[in-house]
Amino acid sequence: MSALRVIAAMSGGVDSAVAAARSKEAGFEVIGVHLALSKNPQKYRSGAKGCCTIEDSHDARRAADRIGIPFYIWDMSDEFHKEVVENFLDEYKSGRTPNPCLRCNEKIKFAAVLDRAQAMGFDGVVTGHYAQMREIEMDGEKFRAMYRAVDESKDQSYVLAVLNQRQLQGAYFPLGDTTKEMVREEAKRRGLAVAAKPDSHDICFVPSGDNAGWLRERLGSEVGEIVDAEGHHLGQHKGAYTYTVGQRRGLGITTPREDGKPRYVLRIEPKSNTVVVGEREDLAIREIDGEQAIWCGPRPSGVNRGAVQVRAHGKRMPCSYEVDPQSGESFTIICDDAIIGLAPGQAAVIYDGDRVVGSSTIKATR
Amino acid sequence: MSGPSTGRIYFDHAATTAISPRALAVVAAEMAVLGNPSSLHHEGRKVRDLVEGARERIALRIGASPSEVIFTGSGTEANNSAIKGLFWFRNPRKVIVTTAIEHHAVSDPIHWLVEHEGAILREVRVSDDGSIDIEHLAEIIRSEGDEIALISLIHTNNELGTSITADEMARIKVVIGDLPLHLDAVQSIGKVDFDFAASGATSAAISAHKVGGPLGVAALILRRGVEITPLLHGGGQERDIRSGTLNAPGIAGFATSIDESFDELQVRRVKVGRLRQRLIDGVRQAVPEMHVNGRGDAPGIINITFPETENEASLLLLDARGISCSTGSACSQGLAQPSHVLLGIGLSESDVNASLRFSLSHLNTEEEVDAFISQIGEVVAGAKAAHQAKLPSVRAHS
Repeated sequence: MSALRVIAAMSGGVDSAVAAARSKEAGFEVIGVHLALSKNPQKYRSGAKGCCTIEDSHDARRAADRIGIPFYIWDMSDEFHKEVVENFLDEYKSGRTPNPCLRCNEKIKFAAVLDRAQAMGFDGVVTGHYAQMREIEMDGEKFRAMYRAVDESKDQSYVLAVLNQRQLQGAYFPLGDTTKEMVREEAKRRGLAVAAKPDSHDICFVPSGDNAGWLRERLGSEVGEIVDAEGHHLGQHKGAYTYTVGQRRGLGITTPREDGKPRYVLRIEPKSNTVVVGEREDLAIREIDGEQAIWCGPRPSGVNRGAVQVRAHGKRMPCSYEVDPQSGESFTIICDDAIIGLAPGQAAVIYDGDRVVGSSTIKATR
Repeated sequence: MSGPSTGRIYFDHAATTAISPRALAVVAAEMAVLGNPSSLHHEGRKVRDLVEGARERIALRIGASPSEVIFTGSGTEANNSAIKGLFWFRNPRKVIVTTAIEHHAVSDPIHWLVEHEGAILREVRVSDDGSIDIEHLAEIIRSEGDEIALISLIHTNNELGTSITADEMARIKVVIGDLPLHLDAVQSIGKVDFDFAASGATSAAISAHKVGGPLGVAALILRRGVEITPLLHGGGQERDIRSGTLNAPGIAGFATSIDESFDELQVRRVKVGRLRQRLIDGVRQAVPEMHVNGRGDAPGIINITFPETENEASLLLLDARGISCSTGSACSQGLAQPSHVLLGIGLSESDVNASLRFSLSHLNTEEEVDAFISQIGEVVAGAKAAHQAKLPSVRAHS
C-alpha cells in the first residue's frame, strides 16, 4: 500500500507544527499549507496571538522547512469571509450567539480545504486539533468515530462536532493522545521555534479580542431599550448584540431592583432591538431544541441517554435526547440538571461517554 | 515522494540558475584573499586589480566602457538606482513612461514615486505577445515631450521571454531621441543579444545569478557623463553613485560567468531552443487546449496557460513529482497575486491563474523534458479538479 498523502494545515502555532511533524514521521507524504484567511492580514489582527498574521505564516513556513516538507499558502480569504465572518455578523444580527471556530471547521478546514486536497489526489487533512479518532463498529455499521482528547483541558472535540462521517474520513488529528505539555516538549526536541509560542485565544478575526467593539463597528450602535420580563423600562443600551445571555456586569441599568438582587440578560430580541433582563433563576433551563443536526457517525433514533456540552471547554451535563424521526435534523434534549445562561445560536454537542455523537445549533430553550 | 529516481527537474532558471563550476571556483578562491579594494595599501591594490579587471571584462562583453559599470548588490538595487536616480536628478520633470509588464523591481519603484513623489505614470501599450507598441510610445513622447523624466522598459520579459529585438531597439531609439531610457536587462544577459552602446539606452540593469554567477552581485550600467541622484550615500566607491564596500569575490565570479555565457551564447541558445520546441510539442499532445504566451525570443522562458486549471495546484503537484517551475505571480503580504504581466498582455484573470512559467537553461536535458511531459497530463487533471472544487456550484455541502 502506498503512503497516505495528506495536507497538513499549519497555522503557525505549535500544535499544527507538531501534528505535521508526526505525520511525516509516520511515513505519510505531507504537504504543509497555511490558510490565508484575510486578503489583508493586518486588518483582522496584528500581533502574534491570532492565526492570520504574516508572522504566523512565516512561523508556519519555518516549521515546515525544519520538518522537511513542502509548504504553500492557500488563499481561503473569500471563503472565510463569506462562510465565517459574514455568518458571524448575521447570527449576531438575529440575536444569536455563534461560535465561529465550529463554523470554520465545518465550512473551511474540513470542507473547502479538504475538497481541494481530495480533488488534487490527497487522502485528507491533518490538523493540530486535540481529539481522537477510532475505527469502530456499531450495530453492524463500521465508521470512524471521534473521541475526546486525552488532555481534557485542551480537548477540542466540541468545535469538531460539526463534521459528518464523510469529513471525518478525511480528517487526521495526531495530537489527540498527548497532553499540551508533551507537545511543547516535543516541539522543543524537534527544534521547532514555535515550541514556546503562546496559545491563541479569542476569535482570530477580532483584533484585540474586543468582541463587542468589533461588532459595534460593523453593526452600528442603535440605541434600544432594556426591559424586565414584564416589559418595564429599566435603561438604554447601545447595540443589543453586544450583550450575551447570562451577562450580569455592564448592563447600564439606572434603576436598581427594590430587593437589591443583581439582574442578568435573559434574552435579546433583535426585531425590537430590546434586551430583556431578569433574575438568575429565570436563566435556568432544562430543555433544549436543536436544529441543523450533524451526526458524526450513525444517526441515533428514539430516546437516548448521553451528555450535552453547550460551550467550548464547558462541562458535559447528563441528559436524554430524542431525534425527530422525520427530518433527523432536529432533536430535543432534556437535561438532568438545570443549565444556566444558554443562548440560541450556540452549539449543543452530544456525547456518548467520550464519543462524539453529533451536534446541533440551539434554536430554543425552556 | 514520487519523483523520478534521477532526482529533481529544475525548470526555474529565470528565478535563479546554478552557479557555474568555474565561477564558483573563482568566488571561493577570492573569498580567501584579504583586502578592501578602496584601501591604498598593498592588499587593497591587489583586490582593486581583481575588481577592475572584472569590470573591464564585463564592459567589453556588454558593449559598455568600464567606467559605465557600477556594481550593486542586486538587480533590484540597480533598477531602483536608475529609476529613482534619474527621476530625482531630472526634477521637476514628473512623467515616467513604462509598460504594464515590467518586473516588480521596476514597477514597484515607479509606483512608489507616483505615490510619494508626485510622479505621473504613462503606460505604453503592449501587444498580446508582450512586444512594445512603438507607435504608441511615439505618441506619448509627442504629447509629454520635455515633461518626461525617464522611460523604463523591460528588455527581456521574465515571464514571457519576449525581448526587444535589435530592430525594435533601433526604432525606439529614433522615437525617443535624447530622452533617458532605462532597460531592465536582467533576463537578457547571456540569453539574447544585448549591446549597451548599440541600444542607445542611458542605463541598464544586469545581475550575476541569472547567468551562472553568484547571488548578491549585479550592476547598473550608466552611460558616461550621465548624472543621477544616488540611493546610497557613504564611501562613494562606485562613481559616487553607489556606496558600500565592493563584493570583490562576487564581482570576480560575475565576470567569469559573463565570459562563459557570452562564449557559449549561440550554442546554448540553439540547445535551449530545441528543448523549448520539444517541451511545447509534448505538452500540446498531452493537453491540446494549452496555449503558449510570449514570443520566445529568450527561448528558455516558456509560459503556458492550461485552461480551467489552477496554477497553484499544478505547481504543488509538479513539485511533489520532483519538478520545479513557477506561477509567475508575486507574493503580496504572503498571498499570491495574479501575474500583472499576463494581465498586462490581456489574458483573463482565470487564464492568468491557470498559467505556469517553465524556464529552461542549457543545463536541462531532453530526458528531463520527456520526464516532465510524461507527468503533465496527470498534473493538469489534478489542477482541473482543484479548480472545479473551488467553483461555487460545486461548493454546496452536506
